[in-house]
Amino acid sequence: MSNEATIGQAHAAHLHEDHGHGSHGHEHHEQHFITKYIFSQDHKMIAKQYLISGIIWAIIGALFSVFFRLQLGFPEKTFPVLEQFLGHWAKGGKLTPEFYYALVTMHGTILVFFVLTAGLSGTFSNLLIPLQIGARDMASPFMNMLSYWFFFLSSIIMFVSLFVQTGPAAGGWTTYPPLSALKEASLGSGIGMDLWLASMVLFVVSQLLAGLNYISTILNMRTKGMKMTRMPLTIWSLFFTAVLGVLSFPVLVSGFVLLIFDRHLGTSFYLSEIFIGGKALSHIGGSAILYQHLFWFLGHPEVYIVMLPGMGMASEILSTNSRKPIFGYLAMVISLIGITSLAFVVWAHHMFVTGMSPFLGGIFVLLTLLIAIPSAIKVFNWLTTIWRGNLRFTVPMMFALGFVSLFISGGLTGIFLGNSALDIHLHDTYFVIAHFHLVMGVSAFFGMFAGIYHWFPKMFGRFMNNTLGYIHFFVTLAGAYLIFWPMHYEGFAGMPRRYYDYSAWKSFAQFNDLNAFISIVVIVVFFTQLLFVFNFFISIFKGRKVTSQNPWKATTLEWTTPINPGHGNWEGDIPEVHRWPYDYKDDGNGNDFIPQVTPLKPGEEAH
Amino acid sequence: MSGLIITALVFLVFIVIYQIAKASEYATVLRGEEKVKAQTNRLMAWLMVAFFILGLYGIYKCHIDLIDKMLPVSASNHGVKYDEMLKVTLILTGIVFFITQTLLFWFVFRYQSTEKRTSFFFPHNNKLELLWTVVPALALVALVVVGLRNWFTFTSDAPKGAQIVEVVGKQFNWIVRYPGPDGILGKTDYTKTDDATNVLGIDWSDPASKDDIVVQNGELHIVKNKDVQLVIRSRDVIHDVGLPHFRLKMDAVPGIVTTMWFRPLYTTKEMQNMTHDPEFVYEISCDQMCGKGHYSMRGTVIVETPEEHAEWLAKQQPYYASAQAPAAGSEAPATTTPVDSTKSNTADTAAKSTAALAAADIKK
Repeated sequence: MSNEATIGQAHAAHLHEDHGHGSHGHEHHEQHFITKYIFSQDHKMIAKQYLISGIIWAIIGALFSVFFRLQLGFPEKTFPVLEQFLGHWAKGGKLTPEFYYALVTMHGTILVFFVLTAGLSGTFSNLLIPLQIGARDMASPFMNMLSYWFFFLSSIIMFVSLFVQTGPAAGGWTTYPPLSALKEASLGSGIGMDLWLASMVLFVVSQLLAGLNYISTILNMRTKGMKMTRMPLTIWSLFFTAVLGVLSFPVLVSGFVLLIFDRHLGTSFYLSEIFIGGKALSHIGGSAILYQHLFWFLGHPEVYIVMLPGMGMASEILSTNSRKPIFGYLAMVISLIGITSLAFVVWAHHMFVTGMSPFLGGIFVLLTLLIAIPSAIKVFNWLTTIWRGNLRFTVPMMFALGFVSLFISGGLTGIFLGNSALDIHLHDTYFVIAHFHLVMGVSAFFGMFAGIYHWFPKMFGRFMNNTLGYIHFFVTLAGAYLIFWPMHYEGFAGMPRRYYDYSAWKSFAQFNDLNAFISIVVIVVFFTQLLFVFNFFISIFKGRKVTSQNPWKATTLEWTTPINPGHGNWEGDIPEVHRWPYDYKDDGNGNDFIPQVTPLKPGEEAH
Repeated sequence: MSGLIITALVFLVFIVIYQIAKASEYATVLRGEEKVKAQTNRLMAWLMVAFFILGLYGIYKCHIDLIDKMLPVSASNHGVKYDEMLKVTLILTGIVFFITQTLLFWFVFRYQSTEKRTSFFFPHNNKLELLWTVVPALALVALVVVGLRNWFTFTSDAPKGAQIVEVVGKQFNWIVRYPGPDGILGKTDYTKTDDATNVLGIDWSDPASKDDIVVQNGELHIVKNKDVQLVIRSRDVIHDVGLPHFRLKMDAVPGIVTTMWFRPLYTTKEMQNMTHDPEFVYEISCDQMCGKGHYSMRGTVIVETPEEHAEWLAKQQPYYASAQAPAAGSEAPATTTPVDSTKSNTADTAAKSTAALAAADIKK
């Protein structure tokens, strides 16, 4: 793909070459339904495909959490409705332990990978990268389409695995061997685990195709004047998200391939001296811990893959709605670089209690806690961004503010867990659940929601309903804190995660009432999310129409395209960029912002 | 069927809510969009303040309700240091939490959009940015120093003379082994494992194995004020010996031997008195997902006085005698001394126990 960033002369040729009709609207050469909506190479359509797939997965993943929260909250009760959904896995309305663990596993897998990776960065990288850097499409639109369809295939396989006789994978989303390697160890380690592995390998293929595309697009296809230092922070964060994925996902695949070998070819990469199902296996010399290293080498960067897009979008949205530049643009970029590089050298903090060398553990403590510094810089910069602003509480702004609040709450507890001495006790307790759900679960979701509400007008030419948006915001924010705040206490009390029933335990049964309370809040929050989904889909068709090109009065390039941009994004030439993306100041004509496309006034200093 | 009805019902309710919400947006247009926008903005600012105040109350209420359910005073020497460190970290992060959240919600209220307000163009300030790079860095250095000092203490080698006890995880219970009078755990070979006669795969050719005591009811008996080193193994998948009351935890990994040591500070009875709970018991929880019975993999720790411990130990029979000998044939089980035919072929009776091997391994 040639570099279309040098616009002007390339423009006409470009339209001929690959898109033909895109930017001329729908009058002539109406695209076929299949190429327009299904096998589309338009980055905006692919973004929508990712988003809608993500939403469907999110509903499934969240529904699973409702199922297992019913068990956790009310271990002695039965729910006949569960049998309707789950059949023999919930005979008489009581979840079996096997399926409880399958639900927990699938909840994690679905939300981390399919929703918060594919659904989040897949949506917004696709939508925003070309639009905000001034490109007509990705570097390779075809590869981009392939990336979605690999994800789709991977989704299908994962979905199918839910219905096999022995159930889906049930070894936790981390699928540690030997549990995940041996059929004898767990029902879910049968065919369900094979499908899980197959699905995840295809998923990684999809992520690599996507990530390489994002990186090359950002590096090569910026419009005239769009220097790296003039890119919106969304683009910076999506760029580093892609870098993280491209460098760490292959390691995950290597881990999976060895696991497949151990499962089917009799190798002993992860297996050693195991007696199970009444017989001693012949595997000797492998290390179960090796898998954990390979897994967490992706697993940790993965949490930043989930976090960074939210950070970028929150930065953008906070600035736009504060009518004030983001504070410390350069510091924000540098802290992103810091987070990205550190993300690769902290993985073993998930393994402090595996019996690892204490010296090595010490190094990982040091590196892990270093990440708190760039994170702190970002928080203080966000706070300073809204300080003395002129805050408009649009729905996306509310979610961006909620993002900051949740990021603080969830981030601070990382300081506990990253410090190995404290991690010894807190490891694998509810404290961990509280920590990562707040910081990379809910707060990443808040970034995603902010992004959806903010760019919905760009995606569909309509607004989402505000009233429902505000309800969605307050219930979700309050719900998140009600669910996860008390879990810190359960963690202090040592309550282990991934338990099916606590009633036999002297130390943990005392939290039964609390667990019931949490489960009730989960149900309320779940239905509120469905309300959001409802709002999303109905607004596509019935939402208030967008009437101006730049409804949020933002400075970035996507708001210079037509309200419903065709393939190719801009009807004429791609605009040229003259200034940084955060010039929220008086333009001399009564506006409080100056778009990136406005040339500097004589004597005006570039930021 | 009921699933369908519920779905339909939820859908209907959503439509109703949506229609109401939609109507309110039409009303917005009628009443003048700008005016309504200003009102909404004010309302949201107030709601955020309300959320913040309710949130603070919620934090307080949560604390009051749950503080009684927290763990009692630490039952191990490491745990005492742990609790101090936890307190310091809690206070430090708590301060940061309250300052940043207060600023966030205060700014939201204070700088809400009004007709008169214009924002302050403030793109960067090096001094400020340096300030909030350096201050968190210093705070973290303090936490790292405390943390690493504790970490190296907790993971240090067990003091000389520590009692050695082996804890082995299997799906889904704990097996405990004591070395017997010779103080050495006999060697093991996993291929010799047998659920009926040799649950730990003990290699009976090792003379040190003959007096080993195996406890299969999930009880771990240890002595107050006596250092104990747990030698941890797994028979099948990864488990984790979780000792919440002692603030300790260590994985049990098949094929690898891990260890941890500590000194119990209070006997179970003392703890029952201190917590005013006659049913108090130290529990061992499996803290690494190990399959469908993970949640039921419960053990107990019984901390005793030296006298009680000796008395309990005296009542236990060596595993070789109770499980192996009867299976082997007609010998009188109770009187078999653990030295017979196997003596000759194990010349290396220096018999480095699994524990010693493991310790050497880990150090390397």
